[in-house]
Amino acid sequence: MYAFEIERPTTLDAAKAAIADGGQALSGGQTLIPTLKARLAMPEKLVSLHSIAELKGVSTDGEGRICIKGATVHRTVGDEAGAYPALASVAARIGDPAVRNRGTIGGSLANNDPSACYPAAALGSGATICTDRREIAADDYFKGMFTTALAEGEIVTEVKFPVPEVAAYEKFIQPASRFPLVAVFVAKFADGVRVAITGASETGVFRWAEAEKALSDNFTPEALEGLKMDPDHMIADLHGDKAYRAHLCAVMTKRAVKNAK
Amino acid sequence: MPKDSGIGASSKRREDVRFLTGSGNYTDDINIYGQLYVHFLRADVAHAKLNGVDTKDAEAMPGVVRIFTGADFEAVGSIPCGWLITDRHGDPMQEPRHPVLAHGKIRHVGEPICAVVAETREQARDAAEAIVLDYETLPAVINMKDAVKADAPKVHDELTGNLCYDWGFVEDNKGAVDEAIKGAAHVTTLELVNNRLVANPMEPRVAVGEYNRSDDMHTLHTTSQNPHVIRLLMGAFVLGIPEHKLRVVAPDVGGGFGTKIFHYQEEAFVTFAAKALNRPVKWTSTRSEAFMSDAHGRDHVTKIELALDAENNFVAVRTETYANMGAYLSTFAPSVPTWLHGTLMAGNYKTPHIYVNVKAVFTNTVPVDAYRGAGRPEATFQLERVIDMAARELGVDPVALRRQNFITEFPYATPVAVEYDTGDYTATMDKLIDIADFAGFEARRKESEAKGKLRGLGVNCYIEACGIAPSNLVGQLGARAGLYDAATVRVNATGSISVMVGAHSHGQGHETSFPQVISEMIGIPEDQIDIVHGDTSKIPFGMGTYGSRSLAVCGSAMVRAAEKVINKAKKIAAHLMEASEGDIELKDGRFSVAGTDKSVAWGDVTLAAYVPHNYPLKDIEPGLEETAFYDPANFTYPSGAYACEVELDPETGHVKVERFSAADDFGNIINPMIVSGQVHGGIAQGIGQAMLEGCVYDADGQLISASYMDYAMPRAEDVPFYTVDHSCQTPCTHNPLGVKGCGEAGAIGSPPSLVNAVLDAINSGAGKKVAHIDMPLTPSRVWAAMQ
Ligand SMILES: Cc1cc2nc3c(=O)[nH]c(=O)nc-3n(C[C@H](O)[C@H](O)[C@H](O)COP(=O)(O)OP(=O)(O)OC[C@H]3O[C@@H](n4cnc5c(N)ncnc54)[C@H](O)[C@@H]3O)c2cc1C
Repeated sequence: MYAFEIERPTTLDAAKAAIADGGQALSGGQTLIPTLKARLAMPEKLVSLHSIAELKGVSTDGEGRICIKGATVHRTVGDEAGAYPALASVAARIGDPAVRNRGTIGGSLANNDPSACYPAAALGSGATICTDRREIAADDYFKGMFTTALAEGEIVTEVKFPVPEVAAYEKFIQPASRFPLVAVFVAKFADGVRVAITGASETGVFRWAEAEKALSDNFTPEALEGLKMDPDHMIADLHGDKAYRAHLCAVMTKRAVKNAK
Repeated sequence: MPKDSGIGASSKRREDVRFLTGSGNYTDDINIYGQLYVHFLRADVAHAKLNGVDTKDAEAMPGVVRIFTGADFEAVGSIPCGWLITDRHGDPMQEPRHPVLAHGKIRHVGEPICAVVAETREQARDAAEAIVLDYETLPAVINMKDAVKADAPKVHDELTGNLCYDWGFVEDNKGAVDEAIKGAAHVTTLELVNNRLVANPMEPRVAVGEYNRSDDMHTLHTTSQNPHVIRLLMGAFVLGIPEHKLRVVAPDVGGGFGTKIFHYQEEAFVTFAAKALNRPVKWTSTRSEAFMSDAHGRDHVTKIELALDAENNFVAVRTETYANMGAYLSTFAPSVPTWLHGTLMAGNYKTPHIYVNVKAVFTNTVPVDAYRGAGRPEATFQLERVIDMAARELGVDPVALRRQNFITEFPYATPVAVEYDTGDYTATMDKLIDIADFAGFEARRKESEAKGKLRGLGVNCYIEACGIAPSNLVGQLGARAGLYDAATVRVNATGSISVMVGAHSHGQGHETSFPQVISEMIGIPEDQIDIVHGDTSKIPFGMGTYGSRSLAVCGSAMVRAAEKVINKAKKIAAHLMEASEGDIELKDGRFSVAGTDKSVAWGDVTLAAYVPHNYPLKDIEPGLEETAFYDPANFTYPSGAYACEVELDPETGHVKVERFSAADDFGNIINPMIVSGQVHGGIAQGIGQAMLEGCVYDADGQLISASYMDYAMPRAEDVPFYTVDHSCQTPCTHNPLGVKGCGEAGAIGSPPSLVNAVLDAINSGAGKKVAHIDMPLTPSRVWAAMQ
């Protein structure tokens, strides 16, 4: 780790000022700290979001959306987002207890790891990502591996999830990291079905349009019969080649539909 | 009634109190006044000509004390190899120089090139980034079969090629084996890979070097399984420090699994630098460094042929194995694919003709050496896989095929140079079938099928050679050291006992089980007895812990020393009771005179030994302390039968290990709970090898699986509850405890049944038939094989 300074503001305004002054947000540190330990980043100043009360908590807004503040840890979402069971289950299955007690939704969405879980939940739910500057629809937020619509220094303050009729998250883990090798979030709303897939694509989380169409007409696993994911843009690595990942996309989507609650 | 102390009792592991409460004393807990830190700049290319190293800017950085390069070690010895293998033609193996720091050439990713010593660890790391290396990348040799081609780039320019040795065993058997295979009714051929593994002990390696000018004394604190071996290898061969000026201490060690047997460059470096700088020097490996500098394990590519006659009797086994040595010869490396592998190719079967060929190959990878089981898992895996394959080809029951070919008479001299003293393979197989509930398998299979899953049952047997010792035998086999062990039993004046043992405990529970033996012999409570280990200044001598040897070899030395103590104590007791020595009996901590009611307590006798007011001074010396060295007559041969049940998801290829049962014959057992724990841990590692772990290099020699993001370790959820049994006991005939060793059995015995079970599951389904899948059986591999 290279030496750096750290600030621990207690208000969002103070955090904004410190970040505007050249700081980088540090939330749960579950991604950033290992990066620093490996000397892959050299920030001069970190601004911890950990002590900012207004960035924590789970609530329901007037439209019935589940709203999660940016620095809320996975553990809290797992425990308190029961009104949206599929979302709570996403949070409750990230990493291990140590990771869930520190890692946050804002950090996960800002990082946008191509194998992360929250991006699938956010995109699959059609969530809204609120920042210290604006509101961004999930469909406009994810811009490819480790890339988002966030501007330099922009802070994720809250994520608002509309609650579908039924939904499920099916995660097939990569044996080493236990991140998703392929995971699928399926949500059925009154006006249609959303299917978001993580872990599979070289361009990060994405929606599977053909599956959404088929399921919007007929929300059963059978509706997916014969539907195949194009392996072309799939990730290939030690843990699975393109064909395997493409195959898993279909299998996990079917299972999500079957298990949707 | 189970005993509550002594031999056979499941005494609780006393060392766990400190391990589980964070009060252990590990090498990284050792910090010495004035200590400096070293950071090694390691190669990030696999093969290169190293033209020069520019350290000027780095030396000027804050806190830097000195930067060492390969040039500083030109006059220092090569890291030695402990075994010399003689090849098929009677020639010695090729043995390259192994420098402390790379000089002139880089030979694997992770090889240390420069050592930056600074006031803090971070300063050393900062400065290392300012070092400028001038090198030309060379094509890397990674694949063993490519490496032995005539035009392959050479890992070592001074050698004739990348072949370390071409070993035939037993060379004289070859003709008869070839004949038998030619004339056989059936030959099953299997080509397989025994996957390369990274040992990954929980505690990474650490070394702290210390030098005292006042008495010219060097001390090395290190994470070692065998401090005396390190003292010998490093003192005599690398740094030229006589043993009385070198103390090696291995305090609590957080797991070794073989990879902490070997003498490593970092140990030599900190010892050397501590004197050069006249300050203590500390190195603590990061996990990333461990992946690219701890010796790896396994990595064999094998073709095995099993020939059977028309009645399905095994008539011959022929194997050809390529064994990866990595870039340099680590301490035990040449012995692993030869003497620890070829000698086990008979397995539990009376195959009359066996020939083993092993080609050891240098590649631009981390050195490969012993890893839990060392050679024996590789032997067991190929044999037990080919037998299962033969059973499938012949349409016979794999258990029946094994039973039919079991060795049933002992002692049994195999065609591969070893003689099994005892065993009862039918008994362990019978026990297995019972504890694994074979009878209920079909019902469980139906349940799985009802869920859309496939269920498989896999079986295997194993035999291992443990208690790695007999000096005269290993000497003939090429060991450059004797492999006996030693113990001192020191009885204190008030009767408590310290036992100094040459074995090192780093998870095995010696601190609990060794006192059980002494307690049984003397009849005093276990808590009156302590084990002292891991420090060359306290222990007479010892070859350390590996090859499931501690109890069989060092424990035997301890028994011998305790017998000497008891004999002397009886003389003293006889004097105190004015009786004749021959009438003295020791029971429950009291000496009595046979046929009388006269007795004295153990403590009275020990006190008399140290306060000899009333003592037979003209016949015996005061004091009560004895040392014994023990060199056994043979290896020990634990054996067993293992079974595993898996449930496979045909849609994803995911395999869940549902049940695992082990019936082992370890001879006599001192602490059944510790034995079960050893088997559990070994099976977990076997599940790791078979299902999860794989160390992978790309064609350029970059380590792809260089962290836990890509190298999959088994976790609790990956392993089932085990059913283990060690009630089948055929005691070893040649050591005083009748023990055989249990530390490696689980890792040796489990991979074949896991793979056999997965293949049984696949082939029970309606889909494509699959003959073999190489480990690890990851979901993607299993799924791909089924397509
Ligand atoms: C062992 C382990 C297993 C894991 N398994 C999984 C898994 O199965 N699935 C999964 O999805 N994830 C997994 N993770 C990742 C985990 O979910 C992290 O919590 C997450 O990636 C980052 O969140 P964080 O709060 O720790 O962010 P940090 O590490 O603090 O920050 C990550 C990045 O986001 C930026 N950032 C942080 N907060 C904000 C914010 N509010 N606004 C803008 N930028 C911000 C930081 O500057 C940094 O660049 C795992 C991590 C570990 C260590």
